[in-house]
Amino acid sequence: MRSFRERMNFKTAAKEWLDERLHIAQPIRDMAMHPVPRRSASWWYVFGSASLALFIMQVVTGILLALIYAPTAANAWSSLQRLNHSVTMGWFLRAMHGWGAEFMVGIVLIHMCQVFIFGAYKYPRGFTWVAGVILLLLTLGLAFTGQIMRFDQDAYWGIGIGASITGRVPLIGHAMVQLLLGGPTIAGATFNRFFTLHVFILPALLFAFIGVHLFLVLKLGISEWPMPGRLVRRKTYLQEYEQELNRDSVPFVPDALWKDLMFSGAIILVVIACALTFGPFGPGGVPNPTIIQTAPRPDFFFMWIFAMLALLPPHLETFFMLAFPPLAIAVLLFLPFVAAEGEKSWRRRPVAILSLAIIAVSFAALTRLGIESPWAPVMDAWSAYPVPTNYLKSRTPLELTGALVFQEKQCRNCHSLDGVGGQRGPALDSVAVRLTKDELIRQVLQGGGNMPAFGKNLSPPEVTALVAFLETLHPAEEAPAKNESLKYVQPIPH
Amino acid sequence: MSEDRALRDERMVARRTLLMKLGIAFNVLVAAALSAPFVAYILSPLLRNTRYLQWVSLGRVDTFHEGQTRLATFNNPFKRPWDGVTVQTACWVRRMEGSAFQVFAINCAHLGCPVRWFPQSGLFMCPCHGGVYYADGTVAAGPPPRGLFQYPMKLQNGELMIFAGQLPTLSTKP
Repeated sequence: MRSFRERMNFKTAAKEWLDERLHIAQPIRDMAMHPVPRRSASWWYVFGSASLALFIMQVVTGILLALIYAPTAANAWSSLQRLNHSVTMGWFLRAMHGWGAEFMVGIVLIHMCQVFIFGAYKYPRGFTWVAGVILLLLTLGLAFTGQIMRFDQDAYWGIGIGASITGRVPLIGHAMVQLLLGGPTIAGATFNRFFTLHVFILPALLFAFIGVHLFLVLKLGISEWPMPGRLVRRKTYLQEYEQELNRDSVPFVPDALWKDLMFSGAIILVVIACALTFGPFGPGGVPNPTIIQTAPRPDFFFMWIFAMLALLPPHLETFFMLAFPPLAIAVLLFLPFVAAEGEKSWRRRPVAILSLAIIAVSFAALTRLGIESPWAPVMDAWSAYPVPTNYLKSRTPLELTGALVFQEKQCRNCHSLDGVGGQRGPALDSVAVRLTKDELIRQVLQGGGNMPAFGKNLSPPEVTALVAFLETLHPAEEAPAKNESLKYVQPIPH
Repeated sequence: MSEDRALRDERMVARRTLLMKLGIAFNVLVAAALSAPFVAYILSPLLRNTRYLQWVSLGRVDTFHEGQTRLATFNNPFKRPWDGVTVQTACWVRRMEGSAFQVFAINCAHLGCPVRWFPQSGLFMCPCHGGVYYADGTVAAGPPPRGLFQYPMKLQNGELMIFAGQLPTLSTKP
């Protein structure tokens, strides 16, 4: 048994032997010991490292999934079924990869918000922010292409939506669609393109830009805690930052790193918990384009775009689709150079904080609207939900026939009764209070206000019955609308 | 003596710089030569445009009843063995009377989702953003900027043929 001293000597000798050949000890020491302003070694600064931890986990789970996954349009879906049901722990790896993706997008966004709120993008850290914006776009690109890798109906029609947006590009739209699809239709070549993006191009770029991002973080130092009244000025900032480091700083290892480690570990644990509790994402229905009984929806983080595409006024739509994304990206890229100086503290940047709040609220509202999709007809409402019985009590045969017409002509797909049915058009529980008999007839026959005209698809008896039923739809305590002028009109003698 | 040497060094440096610049230029040339086939490879989906579209059969004419609209399916004329089920495409066939047909693409003109036909109300409805079309394919409600896309069709040897093979979008060239 060798003594402790002997073992230490051996260790030191081994280290020296290695470093003589690698020259790596000094850079590592510099990295680990780089000074961090004391207040910035805070729990607010853990989101960047957590994003990195999640990315590493995505790479590991992605590589493991690739051992089984069959990356062709013909086999992808069935290999996912295989992974879910008959490969040991296959379901768990898929769940980790899926939930890891959700968390990665979320944590990257939180990281970005934190940097924005703390004004950390200001001089001299402009290019750190630019690299960060590129990392966000790459992360979103991976999320979108990952959704395509789950090659189900949503993936197939999601590509269709992407192609339709691309097709709106003036002049070269057609060529761009064919390049996007790798051919004339969504097929094998299309799938291979998205696979190549998802496993080669985007991760490689992500690695490269993480390198740039971290290099800049190390070279420029971690931003100091924002203090109201302490302005960033190009001329004096570097000196002031240096002074702050000399006055009050801690080495990155271990003072800041331990918080990063704790948080990253906790996040991965939460992902594991989600994976175990909720399992893998899909796949949904087989991506057979002839099975049209489907309602394609994007994943959570793209729901707001889906909602925006439904709510934009049609004449502005194409302009928004094509101009909004590059504009939004340009704003993000130029932000640190336009607002390079001045206050960092959120207490003195009301416009910045208000803008962020508006964006966050819009994102939440659009996401919720997207999930509910009130603009889409409920395709099976007419056959799945009967007319509520209290809408049928003590009604005449004509009115009852009208209730049947109401169901059979799919009115329910867009109009709800008793809260059940589509929300595309107004709920009809009290329609008789709003419209007189004549107005009801006109609305049914001619449509208007975003309602189709049913004149060609209803016989006169059907219209009579339907309107008779609609006239019964009013609260007991509210009388239906009446045409008061009829009192003064001579009835036409038959 | 030392001046001579300095002059010679300068000449050497100038010559080495020139050689390096030549080296860069040489590599740029090689890269350009090499990138031509790469770019052609990437653009290959564009280079065979006309052969994508073909007349395909949707089946015998008498399988479509007058006054009705029904789903028909066909295989894309341009296909590869690894397309799997995506080789198939669906479309809506409306037979008015006799040889008067309309064949609509399944894709909503708004953003390409599959529209569904409701014979009772005589409407096509889209499940994505609520586009609605009348039986003849014209817009009835919702965001679509135009009516449903239609395939050119003809009757040949008792079969209904359509000229198909590409995903229709707003910029599709017929």
